[in-house]
Amino acid sequence: MVRSSLAVLVIDENRIRASIIEAGLREAGHQHVTVIHDVTGIARRIAEIEPDVIVIDLENPNRDMLENMFQLSRAVKRPIAMFVDRSDQASIEAAVDAGVSAYVVDGLRQERVKPILDMAISRFNAFSRMARELEEARSELESRKVIDRAKGILMKSRGLSEEAAYTLLRKTAMNQNRKISDIAQSLVTAAGLLGPAEDERA
Amino acid sequence: MRHQITAGFMPLFDSAVLVAASELGFAAREGIELTLHRETSWANIRDRIAIGHFDLAHMLGPMPLACNLGLTPLASETIVPFSLGLGGNCVTISNAVWAGMAAHGAKPDLDPARAGAALGAFIRDRAVAGREPLRFAVVHPHSGHNYELRYWLAACGIDPDRAIEIVIVPPPFMADALATGRIDGYCVGEPWNSAAVAAGTGHIVTVKAQIWRNSPEKVIGVRKAWADENPEALAALLRALHHSARWCQDPANHTELAAVMARPGFLGLPPAVQMPILTGHLQLGGGAERDIDDFFLPFDKAANFPWKSHALWFYTQMVRWGHVAHTPDNLAIARNCYRPDLYRSALKPLGVALPGANAKVEGALKVATAVGATGAGLMLGPDGFFDGQIFDPDEIERYIAGQKSVRAEA
Repeated sequence: MVRSSLAVLVIDENRIRASIIEAGLREAGHQHVTVIHDVTGIARRIAEIEPDVIVIDLENPNRDMLENMFQLSRAVKRPIAMFVDRSDQASIEAAVDAGVSAYVVDGLRQERVKPILDMAISRFNAFSRMARELEEARSELESRKVIDRAKGILMKSRGLSEEAAYTLLRKTAMNQNRKISDIAQSLVTAAGLLGPAEDERA
Repeated sequence: MRHQITAGFMPLFDSAVLVAASELGFAAREGIELTLHRETSWANIRDRIAIGHFDLAHMLGPMPLACNLGLTPLASETIVPFSLGLGGNCVTISNAVWAGMAAHGAKPDLDPARAGAALGAFIRDRAVAGREPLRFAVVHPHSGHNYELRYWLAACGIDPDRAIEIVIVPPPFMADALATGRIDGYCVGEPWNSAAVAAGTGHIVTVKAQIWRNSPEKVIGVRKAWADENPEALAALLRALHHSARWCQDPANHTELAAVMARPGFLGLPPAVQMPILTGHLQLGGGAERDIDDFFLPFDKAANFPWKSHALWFYTQMVRWGHVAHTPDNLAIARNCYRPDLYRSALKPLGVALPGANAKVEGALKVATAVGATGAGLMLGPDGFFDGQIFDPDEIERYIAGQKSVRAEA
């Protein structure tokens, strides 16, 4: 278990993603894993933890602050450099695409830390995929709700059956080359403006 | 569209010329499909330029130099064919520091010499009392902010490495860090100074436009490999940026520009917050206000010309503060980073005023001066440093040697 001696610091404001990374690192045998969500007082934490590897998400606006800190020897005991060197273009691209960056103490052999970065990249990608699916599901649910409201408005104002109301929405959407949910949203908004608003009466 | 260009930017007001080029149709009129990506750190911009996600980006003026000099990880050769404007930054301090400075004669007049003398006296008081050094923040080590803050302090007898501490804080967090006492002052672009004044937690003590009037700030940094392969696309973009910059400068368009920048995809802050940088009328704190000449120029005074003397001045400051060793090779890299030749050749067909020289003596113009240029009338300056120093790019050795004495006396 030589690898487990590496101390890894994960900086990620997204707690769920951070715990996914942490779990992955522990499964891979890394026992010294620290997760930080908030960078306040980060210099002191880095001095305490003395990480060999630091993993940070690219959305974090504090990357500039961290990189500056790594370059000042008095702020961190050991010099830290960006992990991916220029020769490894594929790793750089994969990391940036996934939205993650890593820094290591100078002199650490690349083959010792590469698995850590690779794991972070794959877990970041998995998280993005999950977040995207969740967002799609949520937006699907929202669409259904707004379509139901639009159908209700049509049924009430034009005396249509539910099926006829849906057919009208679908036909309008096809004619205008727009999504049904967009048409439904426009109708709900217009009905709200022309009201007496159904919300007010409700 | 004949050209597809992808560019990165940070949510700062001085990205306006790039944003307006995209949103007001200047890029489209030049046959460019310009796609903008908002980023969260300068490190991300650097990385995405290096791996080819972006062809070019809104950058801090010294950042392309830092890339080419190998001062950053993942550096890729970057050139500067266009400057996004002059000025726009302020130095803002906490109410507590302002009270200390006021006790030593500081007045709300933005005078860098008076403010610096008062700050120096306050810092010495604190040192005698055994208190911790004041902590100032800038946005990036290789930034106009860092170098102008250090220049101002050093010229006022304050050693920026020993008498105070300088840390890095992202712009949107500055006002909050000041309010909570994590920092005592900062140098940043607008609207992050006016934000602290509006919150009642900060005072603006001086501005970039008074430390060094008409001085360089953000630029368009272009991956050199892309520029070499796409000269027509680059020239078309420079023309689009030229038209955009002219539009941004016109006071008749300021309300519309503020509304565009206020959109969620750009600054995402109310239009009223963008007005101080556009009008140069700033609230300084404690009810004081001031109109500042040439506070921020997106176009006038040849603001878009990538002067080699601007790059070389940044280089002298990198040397001064130990960011890079002064060697003939490094000097050559600094000299070749800004590309007025590309600017000139792209804009020549427009018949607009273009400076005839690639570099100028900085700080020599005491009043606005018409200069030798192709095309009709071009006004430059005044461009004075507040301490009366002059930077002659032909006398770079002497300038570098002369500024070392500031450290020796400290």
